[in-house]
Amino acid sequence: MPTVARRALSPIRLRVRPGGVLPILALLAVLLVLVGLRQPDFLDPPSLMSFLGRSAPVILLAAGQYFVIVSGEFDLSVGSLVTAQVVVAARLIDSDPARTWPVVLLLLVFGALVGLVNGLVTTRLRVPSFITTLGMFLILVGAVYLWSDGAPKGGLSEEFRRFGRRASEDVPLLGRVPYALLVLVVVAALAVLLMRSDFGRTLVAVGDNPRTAQLSGVRVWRTRTVAFVLSGLAAAVAAILLGGYSGVSFQAGAGLEFGAITAVVLGGVALGGGRGSVVGAMLGALTLELLFALMNFYGVSGALRSTVQGAIILLAVAVSATRSSSR
Amino acid sequence: MRRCLAALAAVTLLSLTACATDEPGGGPAGGSTSAAGSGTGEQSKFFVQADYDAELALLDATPTGPADKPWEQMLNPTMVDTSKFRKAGPHKLCFSNAALNNPWRQVGFKTMQAEVAAQGSRISEFVHVDAEGKDQKQIADINDLLGKGCDALIVSPNTTATLTPAVEAACKAGLPVVVFDRGVSTKCPVTFVNPIGGYGFGHVGAEFVSQRMKPGGKVLALRILPGVDVLETRWSAAKVAFDKAKVDVVGVEFTDGDPAKTKKIVDDYLQRYGTIDGVWMDAGAVAVAAVEAFQDAGKPVPPINGEDQLDFLKVWKDKGLTAIAPTYPTYQWRTPVIAALRILDGQQVANPWKLPQPTITQDNLDRYLDPGMPPLHYAMCGCTDLPGYPQRWK
Repeated sequence: MPTVARRALSPIRLRVRPGGVLPILALLAVLLVLVGLRQPDFLDPPSLMSFLGRSAPVILLAAGQYFVIVSGEFDLSVGSLVTAQVVVAARLIDSDPARTWPVVLLLLVFGALVGLVNGLVTTRLRVPSFITTLGMFLILVGAVYLWSDGAPKGGLSEEFRRFGRRASEDVPLLGRVPYALLVLVVVAALAVLLMRSDFGRTLVAVGDNPRTAQLSGVRVWRTRTVAFVLSGLAAAVAAILLGGYSGVSFQAGAGLEFGAITAVVLGGVALGGGRGSVVGAMLGALTLELLFALMNFYGVSGALRSTVQGAIILLAVAVSATRSSSR
Repeated sequence: MRRCLAALAAVTLLSLTACATDEPGGGPAGGSTSAAGSGTGEQSKFFVQADYDAELALLDATPTGPADKPWEQMLNPTMVDTSKFRKAGPHKLCFSNAALNNPWRQVGFKTMQAEVAAQGSRISEFVHVDAEGKDQKQIADINDLLGKGCDALIVSPNTTATLTPAVEAACKAGLPVVVFDRGVSTKCPVTFVNPIGGYGFGHVGAEFVSQRMKPGGKVLALRILPGVDVLETRWSAAKVAFDKAKVDVVGVEFTDGDPAKTKKIVDDYLQRYGTIDGVWMDAGAVAVAAVEAFQDAGKPVPPINGEDQLDFLKVWKDKGLTAIAPTYPTYQWRTPVIAALRILDGQQVANPWKLPQPTITQDNLDRYLDPGMPPLHYAMCGCTDLPGYPQRWK
């Protein structure tokens, strides 16, 4: 009986606890209303679908970043990993459709491998992840530059670009559903399932208190390394979608790591780990993209985006710091 | 309208702060933000009316030299005497290169290497040093090359003002110096090789777009970054053309040469305005991304200008676009080698050596569109007769 009583009492308090998805949902709703007032056409299925498709890579990266952040680490290497993947893909495919699938596979392996190295260096060599992934960021930037002489070569095949650019036409009610959105839905479902599994609970426990987790038999290093691998895989999928969307570019992934971290923080995930949900992180990314769309509709320069991101990170960390100290 | 202008002002101002370049000789390109007739803002600080008039006149000038070798042609040449540099061959040529960091420079450098190969035994050694886009490295590079017994020095300066003293030092060392692409602010090199220039480029594109679009329609101008002289001149000539044609320039945005950013910007404008009736670009690298943004949004592609990169020419042909491609021809990389050898033979050369700057139009598109070449290749390379074509450029 006491449990029932407590349950009946606490849903509101439970939902607005740090790390809950209610605040981000509220923010998303407010932004949707504002966008709807300013540009009602935006909420029509075709333009909404295309918006979601365009936002898919950032949402994927936010999910990947979530795994790392909730386990108490950072991954600053994802942006340069995306760039590296796009440049590598263009050079290897070299406009030959037959090479599409092998290269897609290779990119996934490459992403996982980079994540594995990040994870092992962080956990086994005890280099702080901030430094590890910053180093990886620089290594990848330099390696890509060296390998390509500073200018991308080759080209992506239409088959490769399809994932990020084309859509499934004539879907009832929705019209045109971008493939990127379908990929996102699948990955998001997998992420949610993963977080509900034992591994998910372990991951959060490791971020909350690695010592306790260790004492209760969790192999902390292994869990965190897996988180980095997941982030690398998410970056690989994002790279496939982004490369498809815009083609070969040397700046394909520039700044994405900060976008992803901002989104995760905005989604109520605590920097330092242990609190927050993957759904919140993905909603955070969606909210951030919607905010940028709103800024566009009001004619605010795109150059303000990084300023907004910075402000969100500072604000969110400040808010969560005051909350946790009063906990 | 007022809102647009305010937005434009904000855009320009912020882009300026965001993309500060180390390009000297310009200072901030800004201030180009206050009210003006067609939304193009104030004229660029780089705009020089006399140069503009001269370049537009050159567009119609008839070049001297072999018609099938535009890289050897000269526009309105003033010949200079070079007899004091005459020297018996074979020669050691040295080249201080600003950078190889974009496809245009990659294609150009390959063309230059092929030209060196084509000269055969006349050149005993060709030394190339890449400054990787850094002024300081290029200053050191030039200084190093002076001690290496070069018979002639070719310089493609990274930036104009900063490299001037280094080039002056090379001139003082007594060897003939040939500068090409970007210039230096000294007259000491034997010759300065470059095509007509940015005003010509910008003008050709803007005139085409404003003539082909519906009158009074909405134009989106996409620029790479502010403050670089060759790009500022392109935009300032386009601004003059748009003001004259009284079109409505709804936006002037900076893309950083990034296709993803370009596609987002065009997409944003399509959502904000519904339709865009013309697109002008100061460089063709992201033209395909702009075209794709229209295609993916299910909108017709308006009159647009690109450059002679093959990916754009291919889309143009395949999709039947209304397009034009002014060029900044990569064949200019052949000319410095030819010029250096002529100088070492004591032959007269033109100074400045102004090369023609052809435009690709619907009529001659097929001549330049070679489907066998890679998408980032530049068609105006003048390289089809060179050793190793086409493999060298693939």
